Amino acid sequence: MAYTLNVNGIRHTVDVDGDTPLLWVLRDVLGMTGTKFGCGMALCGACTVHLNGAAIRSCVTSVESVGGARITTIEAIGNTAAGRKTQKAWLDLEVVQCGYCQSGQIMSASALLSRNPHPDDAAIEAAMSGNICRCGTYLRIREAIKQAAKSTASGKED
Amino acid sequence: MTLDHLRPVGTDGADAGHTIGVSRRAFLKAGVAGGGFVLGFGLPTFALRAAAGEPASFEPNAFIRIGSDGSLTLTMPQVEMGQGTYTSISMLIAEELEVDLSQVRLEHAPPDAKRYGNPALFGDQITGGSTSIRAFWEPLRRAGATTRVMLIGAAAKRWHVDPSECHAEQGEVVHKASRRRIKYGALAADAALMPVPEKVTLKRPEEFKLIGTPAKRLDTPLKVNGRAVYGIDVRPTGLKIATLAQSPTFGGRVKSVDDSAARKVKGVRQIVRLDDALAVVADHMGAAMKGLAALVIEWDNGPNAALTTQEIGRQLEQATLSPGAVAQNVGDVDKTIAEAVTKVDAVYHVPFLAHACMEPMNCTVHVRKDGCEVWVGTQVLARAQVAAAKATGLPLDKVVVHNHLLGGGFGRRLETDVVTRAVQIAMQVDGPVKVVWTREEDIQHDMYRPYFVDRMSAGLDQDGMLVAWSHRFAGSSILRRFFPPAFKNGLDPDTTDGAVNTAYAFPNARVEYLNVEPPGIPTAFWRSVGPSHCVFIVETFMDELAAAARKDPVQYRLALLDKSPRAKAVLRLAAEKAGWGQPLPKRSGRGVSLQSVFGSYMAQVAEVEVSKDGDVHVRRVVCAVDCGTVVNPDTVQAQVQSAVIFGIAAALFGQITLKDGRVEQTNFDTYRVLRMSEAPAIEVHIVRNTEAPGGMGEPGTAAIVPAVMNAIFAATGKRLRRPPADPADLTLA
Repeated sequence: MAYTLNVNGIRHTVDVDGDTPLLWVLRDVLGMTGTKFGCGMALCGACTVHLNGAAIRSCVTSVESVGGARITTIEAIGNTAAGRKTQKAWLDLEVVQCGYCQSGQIMSASALLSRNPHPDDAAIEAAMSGNICRCGTYLRIREAIKQAAKSTASGKED
Repeated sequence: MTLDHLRPVGTDGADAGHTIGVSRRAFLKAGVAGGGFVLGFGLPTFALRAAAGEPASFEPNAFIRIGSDGSLTLTMPQVEMGQGTYTSISMLIAEELEVDLSQVRLEHAPPDAKRYGNPALFGDQITGGSTSIRAFWEPLRRAGATTRVMLIGAAAKRWHVDPSECHAEQGEVVHKASRRRIKYGALAADAALMPVPEKVTLKRPEEFKLIGTPAKRLDTPLKVNGRAVYGIDVRPTGLKIATLAQSPTFGGRVKSVDDSAARKVKGVRQIVRLDDALAVVADHMGAAMKGLAALVIEWDNGPNAALTTQEIGRQLEQATLSPGAVAQNVGDVDKTIAEAVTKVDAVYHVPFLAHACMEPMNCTVHVRKDGCEVWVGTQVLARAQVAAAKATGLPLDKVVVHNHLLGGGFGRRLETDVVTRAVQIAMQVDGPVKVVWTREEDIQHDMYRPYFVDRMSAGLDQDGMLVAWSHRFAGSSILRRFFPPAFKNGLDPDTTDGAVNTAYAFPNARVEYLNVEPPGIPTAFWRSVGPSHCVFIVETFMDELAAAARKDPVQYRLALLDKSPRAKAVLRLAAEKAGWGQPLPKRSGRGVSLQSVFGSYMAQVAEVEVSKDGDVHVRRVVCAVDCGTVVNPDTVQAQVQSAVIFGIAAALFGQITLKDGRVEQTNFDTYRVLRMSEAPAIEVHIVRNTEAPGGMGEPGTAAIVPAVMNAIFAATGKRLRRPPADPADLTLA
């Protein structure tokens, strides 16, 4: 059946089974490939997007469960203050290697910074340990989150 | 710097892919007519011809393209999988060409082993083995320098001055005396007509402006906003998505399938049946996965239906009772061991390992009657083209391969089984199809780091010093399959790398290898290749000898390093920076490792803490590295951090096991990898010198595994000879 989704402020109507994971609607139906597939079981965090500003794993979130909630993806996270700060810190500290997991890392980090602007190490680990990186960029991710927390980028909060 | 080609044009990622292979050829034909300047060069003879006349006849190995519009394009002979090669390679060219990295645009090379072959890897178009900088260090700087000389020559001619009065900087030629400057783009047409200099002088290290600096990466801006295009992201028009189930036992076949339920799933378009696999083709991956789950498949499990890892281990251990092919033999090992004051023996097993790249295996293929198009992120572009040609039966020139960014490689993407499989499926599908493996399929149908069994024996004198070393091991040779000519007299240079010709001076030493290919499980290169196994064995056994001699492990090694000052220096540096010898709490310990592989010297000290339940936490890793001339120190640091985390996952969790012929692990819950909460602090100390550059993508992985195992011994007194560390062996009784 048809579902109307609010993705990055734009409404899209898709005709898929209700149990279809949001991940595949974003990637394959809407063509927004910035959100990545890693495990399909919420084990790796590559598919992280925001639902009303909170980080969720889109690979286990059925499209029928989303309703009219605001979905934000990596393609639009730079429109938020936390997202922009996070992206900048990621580049400033050269976090990225292969980069495949980094969409999910940035979505998890920006959700953390939105709700906790000055996270300590424990808060960072709690928020980020669901995101796997096989290139092992964890040390730089941790530093980048701290740097983003210190910076004062402005912009619309999400 | 732009990377337009790495992101989709409009919503169709395929557009971007097209420009990579096609624009190159189009340019070669049109370059001079359009006033551009193409410079190609061949390796290793550096046969270079100017662009005037017949540019299509060039056989270049890497490219610099200067457009009369001022554009400056570098074609990357090596693929980017996170290791930073796009930046490092660009630095080599830009250094001699005298341009800023901000001025260059990068292109992926098309498949063409003749022009883009890796001189360090059989001339094949391969990115692997930590060879990129080692292989291209000189040729790419030479390419930059030659181009610069021709541009200067063109400017001097135009100004009627002597070229020696001119120099190049930031993409311009400058005549200092008259304060004239001219941009490269404006010289492109003239430069193409200049004679190619027979000799160019490369910069001395003290003249480097870019090499040795932590230049910013060129590939990352699109990786933080979702616009980078990996193989899994391509979307040619009319694309369908497929996912697959391959025989759960290696060598099994499809006996029967009931697809009636799968066909009813909304969005499912087609079921493809192959001899040993089934694929569900759908409008999107959600439907394909749902359809796959609805298939009722009966497998004929084939000849390996009873295989277990225990049985493989038993067979390999049995094999090590007989002599093997001799890879190294110095002095009289048997006699010296027989007469030694102390004899130390040990048998080690190292497990099969999966790669688990974050981007699951995938490949997109469009088979038409008269041709085949492939979109994939691969470490072996030319081999991918060959694989598609072979599977379709088409001639090579009818197969177009578009290369994309790789979401991790680690050796997995040196294999083309994924391409072959996708082509087999696409041959039954009308239109382009993207075959995406689920994570379960990716783990259970990987090609694994081989299982090895090593039988070690050593003799010590009355002071505990090593007098004889015997290392005999059995397992798979990947090179024998991957590049058969490299396998000679029962040996190949990879499998024994790290075991032979170590930095240590052994008075009597023998290394023997038994090539035993276990049935029923495919093997392949895994990050740090041969040394991933050999360095673990050598450095763990060395620790056993130090313990048997009641000597400090660092001092014990230092005493054997008189012939290798660079190895000695990194070992001392790592020990000093780690605070070696300083007290640690109970159940904590430090372990050391030393290696000289991939042309780089590396020592690591790992500090671990073992809980009473036997869980190991690596707290801190100190790494000292001498990789000769450093191209980008930030990349060196990033690669060590990366390789260490990759290796710790193997040391603590990594193993693929077989039961009833099937891989038991399925996803990140059963094949654990390291998470942020488990990651240690990592310090990297780089020794700077002007020696030839060494490889840096892999050394850190080989070095960390023994360092962790030795630290566990220091913390608990337990010697683990079968990684990964099993908490059951380490509980506090």
